[in-house]
Amino acid sequence: MTTSCKPAVPGAQAAHVELPPRAGLGLKTGHFQAVLGSRPDIGFFEVHAENYMVAGGPFHHYLSLIREHYPLSLHGVGLSIGTEGKLDEVHLKRLAELIERYQPQAFSEHLAWSSHGPVFLNDLLPLAYDAQTLDRVCAHIEHVQETLKRPMLLENPATYLAFERSTIDEPDFLGDVIRRTGCGLLLDVNNLYVSCVNHQRDPLAYLDALPLHAVGEIHLAGFAEDADSLGDRLLIDDHGAPIDLAVWALYRQVLKRIGPVATLIERDNQVPAFSVLQEEARQADELLHGARRLI
Amino acid sequence: MSSQATFAAALLDPRQACPPGLCCANGADPASRFAVYRNNVLGSLINALADGYPVVRQLVGDEFFQAMAGVHAQACAPDSPLMNRYGAGLADFIERFEPASSVPYLADVARLERLRTLAYHAADAQAADLGLLAAALAAPPSLGTLRVMLHPSVHLLASAFAVVAIWAAHQAGETLAGIDPGQAQQALVLRNGLDVEVFAIDHATYTFIQHLQNGLSLDQAWAFAPDADPGHTLALLINHHAITCLHHDKVLP
Repeated sequence: MTTSCKPAVPGAQAAHVELPPRAGLGLKTGHFQAVLGSRPDIGFFEVHAENYMVAGGPFHHYLSLIREHYPLSLHGVGLSIGTEGKLDEVHLKRLAELIERYQPQAFSEHLAWSSHGPVFLNDLLPLAYDAQTLDRVCAHIEHVQETLKRPMLLENPATYLAFERSTIDEPDFLGDVIRRTGCGLLLDVNNLYVSCVNHQRDPLAYLDALPLHAVGEIHLAGFAEDADSLGDRLLIDDHGAPIDLAVWALYRQVLKRIGPVATLIERDNQVPAFSVLQEEARQADELLHGARRLI
Repeated sequence: MSSQATFAAALLDPRQACPPGLCCANGADPASRFAVYRNNVLGSLINALADGYPVVRQLVGDEFFQAMAGVHAQACAPDSPLMNRYGAGLADFIERFEPASSVPYLADVARLERLRTLAYHAADAQAADLGLLAAALAAPPSLGTLRVMLHPSVHLLASAFAVVAIWAAHQAGETLAGIDPGQAQQALVLRNGLDVEVFAIDHATYTFIQHLQNGLSLDQAWAFAPDADPGHTLALLINHHAITCLHHDKVLP
């Protein structure tokens, strides 16, 4: 593990990603008309792939129109990259069709599992980091990239538990996956912060141990707070609150190291008015603009 | 059992112990952390059901709905990562869910809400050109042998309860005052452009449309529903862009 700061390198953004180095927003159904009506100055929109795996109707209608005016990031939440079983080929085919239809600038998924056999658990579940899991995750990502004919971005997870059998640190695990498969990193700064608090790690040391050269997109979000059996702070990645000050501070550190990279303001619960999200995007854009000047 | 199988089983069944082999950096009891995953999974499934069944939720109240949806989710986890498909079995579950038996129409309201979801996401199809429709309808000798293709979003529901009136009252924040829930009603659900529409139709119209949907000609469908008004029904379907194609039989069966 290295803890030294990497200097900002021009072009450090993964070469295959075409999202602009601007702030983007998750596209919510309640905001379809506002977006089309006022065409706000937003760098890109992101949607959950699974929501658009429907035959027709308003979702496709609005996304097609919005896609004409904005870059798109397609974010999967159901592929279960870390599953002990095989990848769901039917789901992968649906994903390939969606990518063919909308030609998103980026496709991303999670370092997690969410399905076991036929059961889908609708959550991003943690993995034991060992050689066996590494081989399996790499094989799955290679298969995804071959099927989709494009590299994907892999998101670092927010976790609440660790496994006794883990033998590899999470940043090193991500580094190995990225080196072996050629995928990029979706750096979720909120997940990083949440996991570091939950596992008593130093966020900056964790950040510097990541393969930052491969970051193709950044996520920023809010978390909820709980306490564990010892009464210690337990952070929960719920995408239901404004971005925390600690996460904004960490984001500044990220930009200092890698320069401006497409950054999503992620909000899936207690979604506020579009203008509130726009304000968070404006804040991120300001920081991105500042980071541009540094390079 | 694989470690993910053990983890998955314990997530869905709170009576099971926290899976072995888990740890926390601060030495906390892993069970207190595992509970977060358990809550996330169950909470997300309940929320998905609440999103898909807003009127059912209003009818029984939030607390009851959460409890009922939780029982359903634990017994019936999603079998696909496409969450818009989740909850297809809720109406059948409600019918057997004893604590909900005091609201006898609840299952049918759930069925209607499910059909609205299906209609919302159904495939797109262009409505038949009005000129073609008019020309076809103006040719009386062959009118009866005409078959129509209905929009993929068209769904029908027959209920022993006033399911449309109950549903509609909850769209406007009204009460059920003045509605006799025991009055049988049939629903026609369709997507007109981007909007899902719900109509109360009589039983003959229901039967007539059902047979049209099954591919019978106008005459044949009418024979099953002699009390239906074909002109009125076709006008309803045409006005709401629910007819996508029409063609004549060459050979009468």
